[in-house]
Amino acid sequence: MHLFTLLDMAAAGFPDRVGFGSRTDGLTYADLATKARKAATWIAGQKVERVVLIDENSPAVPVLLYGSALAGLPYAPLNYRLATDQLRSVLARTAPAVAVVDAPVVDRLGPVDGITFVTREEFLHQVDEAAEAADGPLDPEAAAIWLFTSGTTGEPKAAVLRHRHLASYVIGSVEFMGATDDQAALVSVPPYHVAGTSAVTSSVYAGRRVVYLPAFGPETWVDTVRDERISQAMVVPTMLGRVLDVLESTGERLPHLRNLAYGGGRMPVPVIERALRMLPHVEFVNAYGLTETSSTIAVLGHEDHKLALASEDPAVRARLGSVGRPLPTVEIEIRDPDGTPVPVDTAGEIWVRGEQVAGEYLGRKASTADGWFPTNDGGRLDRDGFLFLEGRLDDIIVRGAENLSPGEIEDTLLAHPSVADAGAVGVPDTEWGEAVAAVVVLNAGASATKEELQDWVRGHLRSSKTPEHVVFADSLPYNDMGKLLRRKLKEQLVTEAGA
Amino acid sequence: MDLKAGTGLKSTVCATEIIVVRTPSSAVDLRCGGAPMVTAADTAIQGQELNPAHRDGTLLGKRYADAASGLEVLCTKGGEGSLSVGDSPLVRKDAKPLPSSD
Repeated sequence: MHLFTLLDMAAAGFPDRVGFGSRTDGLTYADLATKARKAATWIAGQKVERVVLIDENSPAVPVLLYGSALAGLPYAPLNYRLATDQLRSVLARTAPAVAVVDAPVVDRLGPVDGITFVTREEFLHQVDEAAEAADGPLDPEAAAIWLFTSGTTGEPKAAVLRHRHLASYVIGSVEFMGATDDQAALVSVPPYHVAGTSAVTSSVYAGRRVVYLPAFGPETWVDTVRDERISQAMVVPTMLGRVLDVLESTGERLPHLRNLAYGGGRMPVPVIERALRMLPHVEFVNAYGLTETSSTIAVLGHEDHKLALASEDPAVRARLGSVGRPLPTVEIEIRDPDGTPVPVDTAGEIWVRGEQVAGEYLGRKASTADGWFPTNDGGRLDRDGFLFLEGRLDDIIVRGAENLSPGEIEDTLLAHPSVADAGAVGVPDTEWGEAVAAVVVLNAGASATKEELQDWVRGHLRSSKTPEHVVFADSLPYNDMGKLLRRKLKEQLVTEAGA
Repeated sequence: MDLKAGTGLKSTVCATEIIVVRTPSSAVDLRCGGAPMVTAADTAIQGQELNPAHRDGTLLGKRYADAASGLEVLCTKGGEGSLSVGDSPLVRKDAKPLPSSD
């Protein structure tokens, strides 16, 4: 399967339906297919090997994605928020490439060997002037998208997603034209994130109009959802908390919103409980996936949310903090460090297999010969197959011989009435190897002592999980997708302790 | 016929086009409208006729499966003929409702 085939199907089946932009003057599927064919001609004329985007979301995104697909070249959306040096170094790895950019990027980066810069406006103009590319053979093995991982530990890795992976994900999880024509999705994740690319490919196949919010702000998000009559959206945990604050203060309840998916980081249970109470007409979906797996591999659906919230059984209730069950097209196993599967309710590394699983980086295959990809995420499966995440394996705190999940300690601290935010990391300890350190942000005007918080954790978990160190801070470091940068937190703590 | 996931085929008697999404366990005699199908690159075989017993039609975007061989195809262009392995019709797979997560 090939992504361009999926666009072709949408254009053949529903040519006049608006796929991107406003209902009145947005881009229809027929328009998009025409522009993508023109873009393919334009791309072929550039004599390059990659097509780069350094820009916020706009209707140029689907044109570039499908135009690259038809031209047979990988589309590589880069993180425009990277520091200049890092962005230059990532960009250099895509050479020879044409880079469609937001105009100020050209001055900021300066010349880069093998890279031709074109502004978004110029790109769209030149595409309109180009001839439509003819249908040619579409190779499902061709690389469709390169996505650079965030690279908090070193040089960013380029995950390579081939057409067959991305198309398998779409046709396995989305019903062709399953959306009614009054549905619209608000996309506020950036184009360089896998959720940004899958929002395009899934929405086109579902026949669901996409409205872009180029830069997230909770008030703008709420206004857009109301004004554009958005029926569904995807948010990361920090976004949801901020949106709920706006809803609480304005009384807005977004009556057209039907479906809210969240993912991309650990969602604190109190936040999702609050969301379920405030928006009873909205169906919540928790999605777990990785760049290397073409997006979602497990979902906690709305029924699961309701059953968990209403249950007296602690094991069922705990599922509100799970990421649900694997997609029917995906297999998930939990394995020990030797690669041997472990029993139910035992923590280990999450391994995944399925047609959507690419498990490949530039120049390196990261999955086994029989298709299993080790995610480097820790987790466990319960008796009914619900998956619980325990964070990146590198983040797990090893105290004595015990593996402690920082997320569980953070959730417990967050449940304390005085605590606004919390991060837990392991710090070097002569007795235990690692000790638990917690960095805590208190609510405005609230107070709590180190001893009080230690007693709180000891009372809810057990003593080995109680932070030996509690440090108070004004804020915690997050990346732009709302992921807590535990490594940065750890560096700060170790530096402070040493100083 | 040797079918692999990703293979594109077209009908010789109607507008139907499909892509194989699941490889069958063994070679199968895949037909549309009762007549053999050809790969997208082939020129259509002339003189084939739509068998009235196989004209329930195919629908764009629907998936069809043959339980015996595990073959599954996606219809990328609808047509008048219906799909079968030999004389045994492929069954349309109803969508399994998955919550949207993108």
